[in-house]
Parts: sequence; structure tokens; C-alpha cells
Amino acid sequence: MLNQLLTSQSWLAQVQSYIFPNEVKELQWSVLIVLYPYLTGLVAGAFILASLVRVFDAKALRPTYRLALLIALAFLICAPLPLVAHLGHPERALEIMMTPHLTSAMAIFGFVYLWYLMAVLLLEVWFDYRKEIVELANSSKGPLKLIYTCLTLGIKDISEKAVAFDERAGRFITIIGIPSAALLHGYVGFIFGSVKGNPWWSSVLMPVIFLLSAIVSGISMVLVLYILITTWRKQKIDVTCVSAIGRYLMFALIFDLTLEMLDIVHRTYEAGEWFEILRLLSSGYLFQTMFIGQLFMGAVVPLSALAIMQAAKLSDRAKIWAHFVCGSLVLIGVFLMRWNVVIGGQLFSKSLKGLTTYRLELIGPEGVLAAGAVMLLPFAILWVLVKLLPPWHEAEPRPSH
Amino acid sequence: MSEEESNITRNEFLKNVGKSTLLIAAGATGYSLWNNAAKGLTTKKELLERKRTGRPKFSMAIDIEKCIGCGLCVEACSKENNVPAGHYRTWIERYVVKKDGTVLIDSPDGGINGFPNNILDEDIDRAFFVPKLCNHCEHSPCTQVCPVGATFMNDDGVVLVDYDYCIGCRYCIQACPYGSRFWNPGLKTADKCTLCYHRITKGKLPACVEVCPTNARIFGDANDPESPVSKFTRENQMMTLKPHLQTGAKISYKGLSQEVI
Repeated sequence: MLNQLLTSQSWLAQVQSYIFPNEVKELQWSVLIVLYPYLTGLVAGAFILASLVRVFDAKALRPTYRLALLIALAFLICAPLPLVAHLGHPERALEIMMTPHLTSAMAIFGFVYLWYLMAVLLLEVWFDYRKEIVELANSSKGPLKLIYTCLTLGIKDISEKAVAFDERAGRFITIIGIPSAALLHGYVGFIFGSVKGNPWWSSVLMPVIFLLSAIVSGISMVLVLYILITTWRKQKIDVTCVSAIGRYLMFALIFDLTLEMLDIVHRTYEAGEWFEILRLLSSGYLFQTMFIGQLFMGAVVPLSALAIMQAAKLSDRAKIWAHFVCGSLVLIGVFLMRWNVVIGGQLFSKSLKGLTTYRLELIGPEGVLAAGAVMLLPFAILWVLVKLLPPWHEAEPRPSH
Repeated sequence: MSEEESNITRNEFLKNVGKSTLLIAAGATGYSLWNNAAKGLTTKKELLERKRTGRPKFSMAIDIEKCIGCGLCVEACSKENNVPAGHYRTWIERYVVKKDGTVLIDSPDGGINGFPNNILDEDIDRAFFVPKLCNHCEHSPCTQVCPVGATFMNDDGVVLVDYDYCIGCRYCIQACPYGSRFWNPGLKTADKCTLCYHRITKGKLPACVEVCPTNARIFGDANDPESPVSKFTRENQMMTLKPHLQTGAKISYKGLSQEVI
């Protein structure tokens, strides 16, 4: 790796570097914009995993169904935060929805977001929990009673007929939800993929790669959190469920890695005017985060481990921890993928003749601490959601429908 | 009047109103189409075009052979528009093609103070200066991506930013392939060249054009065949930057070499 870096440095010396004067001061999009597609991707992925239970009746995943829904909701609530925090005029943020400029990919965000939040996720969670919410509204006391009563939205019918309707409605919403989840994250990829002035971003594969990496990251987040929370609760981890999630993760990783490699191979083979600068970028500044972090540690290693686990005979404990490590590696890998896209796409000049650097601050509105806070907030929201709407008894068999 | 009679009357009345409305609408549409056809105008696009031709279409031509890289244009622009330090609405690039084939490109402080004489003459094959600014593209990527329409193209072809409306997402800066946009730290919005809109709408020249000692920048109304810019572009072979991106750049160059980015 060091050799590679040195090679790229010496190669750099032969390039007559030049960046446009307006590109010298700063990168336009910071680590906060790295978090935006990361959070959105976790939402889409967690939802698609949940939908496997509802629509495709993947029984083995049932213990994680409700947890996956709550994870999607918690992350979706926080998804616009880094975007709004990054704006020069956050007080004007609502203009995107009030006066959207319809040729802009970004202008559609508000509508895609609201559709997914209001028409898909909140409705699905509500229909799925409605019976319990009504029961909790009747049994609890004090402020909790008020909260649960509000959550019933005034509908307290939990007759067999009403519950059967909830089930049908939930299934219908999930069916709508799958293309919506694909739209949500495919769209985020389009925001980058449609910038024709930036060869690192401009690719028709970008929305598809974003979508697949979203699925991979969402599945991993559910896997990791399921293992962590169940251990924390001192309950028995369902190994069949963990293995099933691992299998889905493996298949998703195969597609994701294939597409990412296809993108790299295609760009290398095509070798347009931008090739030299992108080669310099990926073999230099992005070598560690892209080839080592994103592709090797974040995809090849977990994929190999998951493939081996399909055949190898491991103890339950070893299986669980191996899956936990794989999930964690994928989560880091996908974060680095977002980093490589967002930051990497700004590290070279549009003159295609020079590279610049990104100085990540510790403190400040776009520093590490601010990004860390934005990243931790969904977990805090998830904690509240789990307290209010416990997903656990879903581990028991769902009545057949 | 009985209730039944009253209902019939009301129904008939409503029917008559409906018929009349349809007739009037059909008549108005027919007249409009006939009227447009009589003027040789049939499509909405042509109508819009006609509306626009009454206005100027501002553009600039740059004669690379005349630019001496003095930096006066950068300085004038900076003062005229209060451009924040370290950012440039216009800048000058120096290209030095050495005898060994390597190309040196630089633009120290946007060329505001000129260029240092730091390359040995005997090494130089040829050298030239290229002034740059916003290209006020006809199909500008920046206006396309602005989520609220705060950046827009005016009827006279100038791409502007509404600083009171820009939300500061910086998507337009990312989308501009020429590096012409920048982040204004004071306004907390995107910023760029306006062709000195406050001047040109009063019949004056942009500051950079006015101060250029060699007339390397030619400005005017491209819709007026007698304007300096129309004459210059007609009489010379002109080229725009990054033509493969199909942005419809309105800033054109005479003598643009292939080294220019």
C-alpha cells in the first residue's frame, strides 16, 4: 500500500497540476453530505428486509421484522438533518417543497421523503402495531396513556375483522413500499449520477449502485442491532434468523460488488479524458478508503466469510459473532463508499488537471462532532421507539393469514 | 312558480351557461390559432421566442491573442462587485507550452496581480492567456439543478442568482463544469458573474470589458447583427469551452487552443 502511495506521489510530480481558483478554498459538500446518503440507504435497506417477511413470507426473518421497521423509521426521521444543517440558509429549507424547481433532482427530495415517511413507513408501523397500541392505551396510565391514546388516532376497534383489515392493509402498503424504498435511494444516487460536469459521479450505474449498497447496509444494520439488542436484553439470539439474514446479505453483496466492479472496469476500459485524474485520485488519496476499506474489508472479506459460513459447521456462538463482524464490516464499507463518492468526487478539479484535499474539522457545524451527533441521533430515536412500541413479541409465530 | 318548474329552469339555465362557455372557449381558441397562424406563429415555443427576440441577448467574445494577462479585468470585477477575497467572478489562466510538450497552467490569485516571469524563455514553445468567467449557458447545468429556482436565466440570456432566495445547498456549484461558481461566505449563498447586470441594463459595459487595455473582451447584444460582439463572432472562427458538454455557452473564444480546459 505504501509502495502504491509512493508510486502515485511520484506520478503526481509529472503532472502539471492546476485547479480552478474558485476550487482552492474549500470543498462544497462536507462529511454531513456523506451522512445523508448513508442514513437514507439504511432506511431503504432495513425496509426491504422487513418487506421480505410481509410480502415474500420469509418466516426465518420474523424476529427482526418489527425491529427492521423501527430502524427504518428512526433513520428516516433523521435523514434530512444533515442536509438542512449543511444549508447556508436553513431557514429557507422549506422553499424546496413550497416552490420546487422541477428540473432539479434535489427538488424532488421533499416529495420522495414525505411519500416514504407518511404514506409508507408511518402507515405500515401504525397498521402493524394498531392492536397493541389500543391495548396499551387501555392498560397504561398517566402520560403514557395519553401518548398511546393519541397514537390510536381515535380508532379503538380491535375486533377480529378490524385486525384482519390491518393485516391486509399492512401487506398492501409493504407492496407499495418496496418500489418506494427503491425510488428513495435510487433517487439519491441520481442526485450524484446526473451531474454531467463531474466524471466521478456522472454514471447511469450510480442510482443502481446506491440502491444495492443501501440494501446491503440496511440488512447489516438490522443484523448488527438485532444481535446487540438481544444480547443486551439477555435473550436467546435466533441463530436461524441470523443465518437467514446472513444469506440475504451475501446475495445482496454479490450484486453490489459486481456492479461496483463493473463501474470500475467500465471506466478503466473506456478511459475518457478524465481517466488520468481519476486514476491518480483512486490510486492516491482514495486508495485506502476505496480499495482497502470499501471494496476489500467492506465487501470481499464479509462476502467470503458469509460464503464460507454457508458450508462450514460452526457453533451457534461462533456463527452469531461471525455474522456480527461481517455486518459491522459492511456498515463501515458502505459508509466509506458514501465517503468515496461524495468527498472523492470533489477532490479533483473540474479542470481535470489537479487534486485538492479535504480538511475534516473536529469542532464546528460541519465537523466530526456534529456528524457524530447526527449519526447517534437515530439510535436515540430508536431507543424511544423500542420503548414505546416493543418489537419483541413478534418473535412469537404470527397468526396465519 | 312550482318547484318542478323552478328545477327545469335551473337545469336549462346551467346547460345554457355550459354551452355558452364552450362556444366562447372554442371561439377564443380558434381566433387565437387563426391570429397566430396569420402571423406565422403556431407553437408555444415560437411564441416564447418571439417574446424574447424583442430583448437583447447579452454575450461576450474573447480574443485570446489580444489578452496580455495584466489582471486589470479581475481587479475591476472584484471592486465593482465586492467579490470576497479568494473568490473570482472572472479570472485569467496562463498556458505555457514548453518545448518538451508539457503544459504549465497557472492562475495565481486569479491573475489579479498579473503573472510572475518564472519560466525560462528558451524552454517556452508558446504561451497565452485565457480570461474565464461564467459562460451564461443557454442550457446551464446550474439552473437545471437549483432546487428552488433561485438561479435562473433572464429573458436577456444572463444567468443570475437571487441571493434572497438561494437556500445555499451548493448543488449549482457542483454542477457547473467550468468552476465559475463559488460560495459567498458573507451572503451564505452561491455567487457568480452577472456580466455586471447592474451596468449593462443601463447601457454600460461590464467592468472587465471597460478596463481591458487591449480590447480582448468584446461585449454586446447577440440579437443585434450590428453589435460589436455579433460582428466579431461573425468575422472570426469562434469556439466555446468544453463544447462536448452541450451547455450552449454564450462566452466564445477566438484562437482557443486545444490545451485550454
